[in-house]
Amino acid sequence: MTTASPANRTVWRRPPFITDPRLRWAIYGGAVVYLILAFATIDVNWVRVYEGLDRGMRFVRGFLVPDFTSRWSDIAQGMQESLTMTVTSTVVGILISVPIGIGAARNIAPMPVYLFCRGIIALSRSFQEIIIAILFVAMFGFGPFAGFLTLSFATIGFLSKLLAEDIEDIDEAQAEAIRATGAGWWQVVNYGIQPQVMPRLIGLSLYRLDINFRESSVIGIVGAGGIGATLNTAMDRYEYDSAAAILIMIIIIVMIAEYSSSFIRKWVQ
Amino acid sequence: MAGTPASFPQAWRKRTTRGELLLWVGWLALVALFVFCWEVMNENTMWFFVVDAPAQALDLGSRMVPPRWSYLPALMKPLWDTINMATLGTLLAIVMAIPVAFLAARNTTPSERFVRPVALLGIVASRSINALIWALLLVAIIGPGVPAGVVAIALRSVGFIAKLLYEAIEEIDASQVEAVTATGASSAQVIDYAIVPQILPAFAGICVFRWDINIRESAVLGLVGAGGLGLALQDSLNVLAWPQVTVIFVLILLTVLVSEWVSARVRHAII
Repeated sequence: MTTASPANRTVWRRPPFITDPRLRWAIYGGAVVYLILAFATIDVNWVRVYEGLDRGMRFVRGFLVPDFTSRWSDIAQGMQESLTMTVTSTVVGILISVPIGIGAARNIAPMPVYLFCRGIIALSRSFQEIIIAILFVAMFGFGPFAGFLTLSFATIGFLSKLLAEDIEDIDEAQAEAIRATGAGWWQVVNYGIQPQVMPRLIGLSLYRLDINFRESSVIGIVGAGGIGATLNTAMDRYEYDSAAAILIMIIIIVMIAEYSSSFIRKWVQ
Repeated sequence: MAGTPASFPQAWRKRTTRGELLLWVGWLALVALFVFCWEVMNENTMWFFVVDAPAQALDLGSRMVPPRWSYLPALMKPLWDTINMATLGTLLAIVMAIPVAFLAARNTTPSERFVRPVALLGIVASRSINALIWALLLVAIIGPGVPAGVVAIALRSVGFIAKLLYEAIEEIDASQVEAVTATGASSAQVIDYAIVPQILPAFAGICVFRWDINIRESAVLGLVGAGGLGLALQDSLNVLAWPQVTVIFVLILLTVLVSEWVSARVRHAII
């Protein structure tokens, strides 16, 4: 215990977040240089922004008085496509991703199968939905079928990865106990592993249902069906009140989906 | 308590008969829903095109290779724009998300009945609309270009960052807040000295994570006119220049991989 000499600071100062001063100043300096460069290359057309404010006001007005009626048949068609696409792609995506997820779990799959399944997951995860949708639309033609394939494909990457990680994290003792009774590989998966991962799998599936609906509202922009196409058309026609109506519907459906899925997840777990 | 052995079922069963029945009804309902949705969805599907798809895929593949690598230098400016949209958008989102998160967290909100629901509604609205749709709106309002992309990324990210941040704020250790309050600190000082140090690592992790996601999203925002690689993609798609599309896909893939690596390294260093 040293006594405080007068030279010591008597006022406490909190330690900085990044302790190494050289690294800290390098990060600060780099950030400032980057920001200057970044802002220098952005050219904002202020005249255009000023003209756009009027449209912005019209859009805000559209939100306050949304127009559900004049384009209702288009909106209903788009919503129907989006919702059906969400359900079918989630179901098919889960059916495909369960075997892939099992294959991608290191503790129950042999090495070649593991690498193959991890490869599929990496492929599915590395491109976002909209790019896959562009390719599928080019192959399968316009419409919700291409969207359905896109969302199924994206579901595989998401669900298989999380399922595989969950299987790798299970309590080995239970699988060991089942194995000790002389169970085969299928029986170990069915009795030792499946009960442990099922609640989480259901939770993830519901979460993915949520995400798929949100994505289904976007991939229509590149022609893959759904409410996105209707929204894009409404924006192109400058019908901001119809566009606002579509956005309000999307928000409400997402909110309902989110609340009900969190409710079901609580009930399952 | 002991029943006669004869009254027990012979084999072990997980559920009662009623439970099994309910489970089957549930599965049946799910299958019925799936079939119904499938039928409705494919009302207008041209199966001719679907059957034709393998041939189309082969055709597309043959057009996409070999990639036109000479297009790469022209993509450097769009790549820079994409990175800027993601980074500046994330920064703008952080600035907006911090107050929203403090208003939404149960332990810091000024009014749980009035202010908190408004903040939560804002978070949900921001989260439920994809960045591409935000970009669609903003391109119409403030014109095509990088600024629309920055704002679109920011508006989408506010909800994400604020949601994770307010959950982090709600999970803090209350005794530290109490200790700082007991010294006579004002509420701003309590936030500064008791709450911020506790959430700072989580906050930095969230921001880097969102930046990583934003790099992916900003790569395609140009499809609706908001600048960056997506704009080059749209141009190439419009003239069916598939060899250029391949180059753009490869570049997007590389960018995403690098950003994922950076974010993983930074988060590893923080947490």
